[in-house]
Amino acid sequence: MEQLKTIGRELAMGSQGGWGQSKEFLDLVKSIGEARSKAEEDRIVMNEIETLKRRITEPDITKRKMKEYIIRLVYVEMLGHDASFGYIHAVKMTHDDSLLLKRTGYLAVTLFLNEDHDLIILIVNTIQKDLKSDNYLVVSAALTAVCKLINEETIPAVLPQVVELLGHPKEAVRKKAIMALHRFYQRAPSSVAHLLSNFRKRLCDNDPGVMGATLCPLFDLIAADADSYKDLVISFVNILKQVAECRLPKSYDYHQMPAPFIQIRLLKILALLGNGDKQASEHMFTVLGDIFKRCDPSSNIGNAVLYECICCVSSIHSSPKLLESAAEVTSRFLKSDSHNLKYMGIDALGRLIKINPETAEEHQLAVIDCLEDPDDTLKRKTFELLYKMTKPSNVEVIVDRMIDYMISINDNHYKTEIASRCVELAEQFAPSNQWFIQTMNKVFEHAGDLVNVKVAHNLMRLIAEGFGEDDEAADSQLRSSAVESYLRIIGEPKLPSLFLQVICWVLGEYGTADGKFSASYVTGKLCDVAEAHPSDDIVKAYAVTAIMKISAFEIEVGRKVELLPECQSLIDELSASHSTDLQQRAYELQTVLSLDARAVASIMPSDASCEDIEVHKSLPFLDGYVQEALVKGAQPYIPQNEQSGMANISNFRSQAHHVPSTHGLRFEAYELPQPPVASRIQPVPLTASKELVPVSETTYPQENVRAASVPSVSETGPFELKLQLDGVQKKWGRPTYSPTAPSTSNSSSQKAVNGVSQLVQGTVVSQTRNMPYDSRKPQVEVSSEKQKLAASLFGGSSSKREKRLTSTSHRTSRVQTHAVEKSQMPTATVASTEHAAEKAPQPPPLDLLDLGEPTPGDTIPPLDPFKQLEGLLGPSDVSSVASSAVSVSKSSDIISQYAENPMSAVGGTVANMAPASFDYINLLSGLPNLANRDIHGGSAATHVAPVKKGPNPQDSLERDALARQVGVTPSSTSPNLFSDLLG
Amino acid sequence: MIHFVLLISRQGKVRLTKWYSPYSQKERAKVIRELSGVILSRGPKLCNFVEWRGFKVVYKRYASLYFCMCIDQGDNELEILQIIHHFVEILDRYFGSVCELDLIFNFHKAYFILDEILIAGELQESSKRIVARLIDAQDSLVEIAKEQASSLSNMIAQVTK
Repeated sequence: MEQLKTIGRELAMGSQGGWGQSKEFLDLVKSIGEARSKAEEDRIVMNEIETLKRRITEPDITKRKMKEYIIRLVYVEMLGHDASFGYIHAVKMTHDDSLLLKRTGYLAVTLFLNEDHDLIILIVNTIQKDLKSDNYLVVSAALTAVCKLINEETIPAVLPQVVELLGHPKEAVRKKAIMALHRFYQRAPSSVAHLLSNFRKRLCDNDPGVMGATLCPLFDLIAADADSYKDLVISFVNILKQVAECRLPKSYDYHQMPAPFIQIRLLKILALLGNGDKQASEHMFTVLGDIFKRCDPSSNIGNAVLYECICCVSSIHSSPKLLESAAEVTSRFLKSDSHNLKYMGIDALGRLIKINPETAEEHQLAVIDCLEDPDDTLKRKTFELLYKMTKPSNVEVIVDRMIDYMISINDNHYKTEIASRCVELAEQFAPSNQWFIQTMNKVFEHAGDLVNVKVAHNLMRLIAEGFGEDDEAADSQLRSSAVESYLRIIGEPKLPSLFLQVICWVLGEYGTADGKFSASYVTGKLCDVAEAHPSDDIVKAYAVTAIMKISAFEIEVGRKVELLPECQSLIDELSASHSTDLQQRAYELQTVLSLDARAVASIMPSDASCEDIEVHKSLPFLDGYVQEALVKGAQPYIPQNEQSGMANISNFRSQAHHVPSTHGLRFEAYELPQPPVASRIQPVPLTASKELVPVSETTYPQENVRAASVPSVSETGPFELKLQLDGVQKKWGRPTYSPTAPSTSNSSSQKAVNGVSQLVQGTVVSQTRNMPYDSRKPQVEVSSEKQKLAASLFGGSSSKREKRLTSTSHRTSRVQTHAVEKSQMPTATVASTEHAAEKAPQPPPLDLLDLGEPTPGDTIPPLDPFKQLEGLLGPSDVSSVASSAVSVSKSSDIISQYAENPMSAVGGTVANMAPASFDYINLLSGLPNLANRDIHGGSAATHVAPVKKGPNPQDSLERDALARQVGVTPSSTSPNLFSDLLG
Repeated sequence: MIHFVLLISRQGKVRLTKWYSPYSQKERAKVIRELSGVILSRGPKLCNFVEWRGFKVVYKRYASLYFCMCIDQGDNELEILQIIHHFVEILDRYFGSVCELDLIFNFHKAYFILDEILIAGELQESSKRIVARLIDAQDSLVEIAKEQASSLSNMIAQVTK
C-alpha cells in the first residue's frame, strides 16, 4: 500500500507542469552551474555518477524515476563523462510502450551510442516493431534513431519497413524515411542501390518539406554521377523557379525570403548538373538571373542565397551576363563592413578568377585589406585565394607572405597545409634556383617535421634532376647553390630531422661536385651533424652514407682519402651501434675505403643518382646456385600461386574484401583457416639500405647492378631498397606486388616548361622581390604601399594594369598614389629603391578600432577573457547564496524594480553593463510593456527578430518563480542565464 | 553535412552537444576544449567562421550562449549561420523568450527540437510552423499521458483512503 502511495504521488507530480524534474536533479544542474572550476565540476559529476550507479540498479524503480535517471545520464555524458554503465537502461527504455518513455529512451541511445556499438543489436528489434506502429510519432521517433544507429550490418533488417514508410500518409514520416534512406546511402551505397528511383519519385511529393528533404540524397547521388540525372535539370529549374516566385506555403518563408534553404540546395544541385554541360546550363540562365534580382541583399539569408548563386554560376557553363551579376555581388561582399561577407566575398572571388582572372584586379585593395586583417579566419581565406591566383610574376611575394604567416602561427594542422602549399607554388613557379632553395630552406626550417616526407623527397629529386633536362649548367648551378646554403645552415641548432636528411643527402651527392669545398670540409660537417643528433638514427644513417659517397667520389678521381679523426671515431661508434642498419653502413664505409678506384667507381659512380638501375627480376645470377642445389637433391621451387592450399589466396582475399559491402550476417560455415600468408615486405627505413647491394655485387661482380644509393631520387619512396628488393620479391613474394614506376619523366617535362617561363619572368619580377610589406605608417603612405603590394600580387608589372588599378581602386582619391605609381611605371628600379627606403619589416599593428566598436546588431560588449575569469573566480560568487536570498525578496516587487530600472528592458547590452543585480531582464522584456519598450528600446527595436515573442508572458513569470522555488537564482556569476537569447 | 552541434556558454560550459559523425568520448572532450578555446576568445566583429582541422566551424553568439556547428569545406557558411538562427527562433517560440536557463533545465526538450530540425547532419525541415506543430503533437501526447497518470493516482488515493 505504501508503495502504491508513492507511485501515486510520483505520477501526480507529473501533472504539475514546470520542468517536471525532481529537486535532486535541479540541484545537480544548479551546483554544476555554480561550480567555480573544472575540478569542482568534475567532482560533482563523479558524485552524481556514483549516485546514479547505485540508484539505477535498485529494484522496483518507477518508470518515471527511471526516465529522470536516464536524462541525468545524458547530462553527465554531455559534460564529457562516461555514463556507459547506464546505456543498457536507456536501451531498455526504448522497449517501453509509453511514447514518452520511448522517446526519452531513443533520445538517450542516439546520444550515447555510435553506430558500431554492441548494444545496437538489442535495439534493432524494437525499431522494427516501432516502424510498424500506428502512431506516427512512434514511427518518427524510431526513424530518428534509425538515422543515427543503424549501421551497415543492420540496414537490411529495417530497410523494407523504411521503404514502405515512403508512402506514409504523414509527411513528417515520409521526410524522415527519405533522410534515413539517405543515411543508408552514405553508409553503404550498395544497400540502397536498387531504391534510388524512390528519390526521384519523392521529388514530386505534395509536401514541400518532403521535397526539400529529397534534395539531400539527390545532391549526393548527383555528385557521384551527374550524367544519369541530366533529365532532371528541367524539373529542378522549374522547382527553383516556383520557389523563387513564392509559390510555396508562407510557412516556408524565412525572413521574407521564400524557402531559402530549399533554394540553396537546388542551386547546389544545379551547379553539379551544369558543370561542363552547356545545354543543361542554358536552362538555368533565366532562373539564376531572376534570383540575382530577387534576393534581398540586406538580409543574411539573402546573401547566403546570393553566394550560392555565385558558386553555381562559376560552376556551370559561363554566361557573361550572369558572371557580371556574380562579380557585382562579389564586389559588394568585399566592400561590406561585415567580416562574414568579406570572407564570403574572398571565397567567391576565388571561384570567379578561375573563369576570368581579370576579376581579381578590381578588388586588389580589398584583398590586401583582408590579408592584413587581424581576423585569422579571413587571413587564411585570403591566402587560399592568393594560392589560387599565383603566377610566375607574383610567386615571390605570395610565398614570402605565406612563409611569414606560417612562422607566426601555432596551429600545426594549418602549418602543414600552408607549408605544402608554399612548396607546391615554389616548385611550380620558382623564378630562380637560388630563390627556390632559399624558400625551401625557410619552409623546412620553420615547418620542420610537419612537412610531408614526400615533399623532402621531391626536393631531393628536383635537385638531382634539375629544372630542365638539357640545361646542365643551370642544374649544376642549382646544386652548388643548394650545397652552399646547406653548408651555411647545417650548424644551426634544432634543425628538423627531415631537413637534415635532405641536407645530408645533397651534401653526399653534390657536396664536392663543383670543387668549391674540400671533401674533408664537407665530411667534417657531416660528422658534426651525426654527432649533434645522437638519438636520431635516420639522420645518422644519412650522414654516414653521405660520407661514404664523398669518400667514394674522392677515391674514384684518384685522390687519397684520409679519414678525419672525428670521422674515424664516428665509424667506430656506429660499428658498435645497436641499430644493425647503422652498423652495416659503418662497415660498408670501411670496406669502400679499402677498395681501389676501379671497384669503387663501379659501385658508387659519381653523379649517377638519376640513372635507372637495371633490375633482373628473375635473378639470373642465382641460376648457378639453384642448379647446384637441385643437383644435390633439393626440392624445386614451386611458384606461389601453384602451391597447394594457397591456390585461392587472392580469390579469398578479394572475397573477404567484399564481405562488408554485401553486409548482413553470414550463415555459411567459416572457411578453413588459411596458412599464414607472407606479408608484403615493407621497406623499413632503418633496414633499407644500399648496403645490401654491394654484398651481392662482390659475389657477382659481372652483374651491372648499380649501387643502391643511385635510384633513391627517382623514386618517391624513402629508400632505395624498394627497387632493389623488387626482383627478389617477384620471385618469392606475393605475386600482386608490382614496383612503382618512377614518375619522373612527366614532372620533369613540366619543369622544363616552367624553367623556360621562369627565365623570362625572373628578370621582370626581380625588382619587386624586396617588397616591404606591413609598414602601416601614415595613411597615404600605407595606401601607396598597398597599391604596390597589390601591383606585385596582381601582376602589376604591365602598365596597362597599373592604369586600371588607379581607375578602379576605391581609394583613388589620393593624389599622391597616382604620383607614386607614375614613377613606378616607367622603370621598376625607381620603385624598388623606393621600396627599400620605405621598408619597415614590422608586423601589422592590430586594428584597435575593429575591436572597440560594438555593432548595433550585437548586444554584447567586447569580450574580455579576463573579465570572464573574474566572473568565475571573483569574490562575488562566494556570496551567491546570500544574493539569492536577497533576490527572492526583490522578486516580490518586480514591477517597481522595472520602474526603477527601465533601461534594462533594452536588452543584453545594458544588462551586461548594468550591475549584476538586475536579474529580471528577460522576464521584464517578456511583459507586455510595449510602449515602454519603444521608448527605451530605440536601438533594440531595430534588431528585434520579427517572430512572435513568448506566447504567454505569464509563462515566463511562472518559470522564474519556479526557478526561485527550487533555489536556482541567477547569481552574480551568471547574470546572463536569464537574458533573452534573441533579445 | 553538419558534423556536430555544440552549445557552449560564455564561461565555456557545455549546454548541449549533438554529434552526427562518430567521435569517441575522448575526441569529443578534445573537440570541445579546442573549439571553446578558439571561439570564446574571438572578438565580436570578426567572422563567425573558424577553420579547424580541415573543417569549418560556424558559430554565433546569442546573449551568453554560443551556438556552434561544424561543417565540411564545401558548405555554405552563411546558410549554416541562418540554420543556427532558425533553431534559435524555434527555441524562442517554444519556450517563449528563450534564455540560457531554459536550455539548461530542459536540454532534453532542446534535443527533441533539434531532432526535428536536423537529422543525420542535414536540415530536414525549414518551416518553423511545421516543426512547432510536430513538437506540440509530441508534447500533447505527453500531456495525455500525464492526465491519465493523475487520474490513476486519484484512483489509487481513493483506494488507499
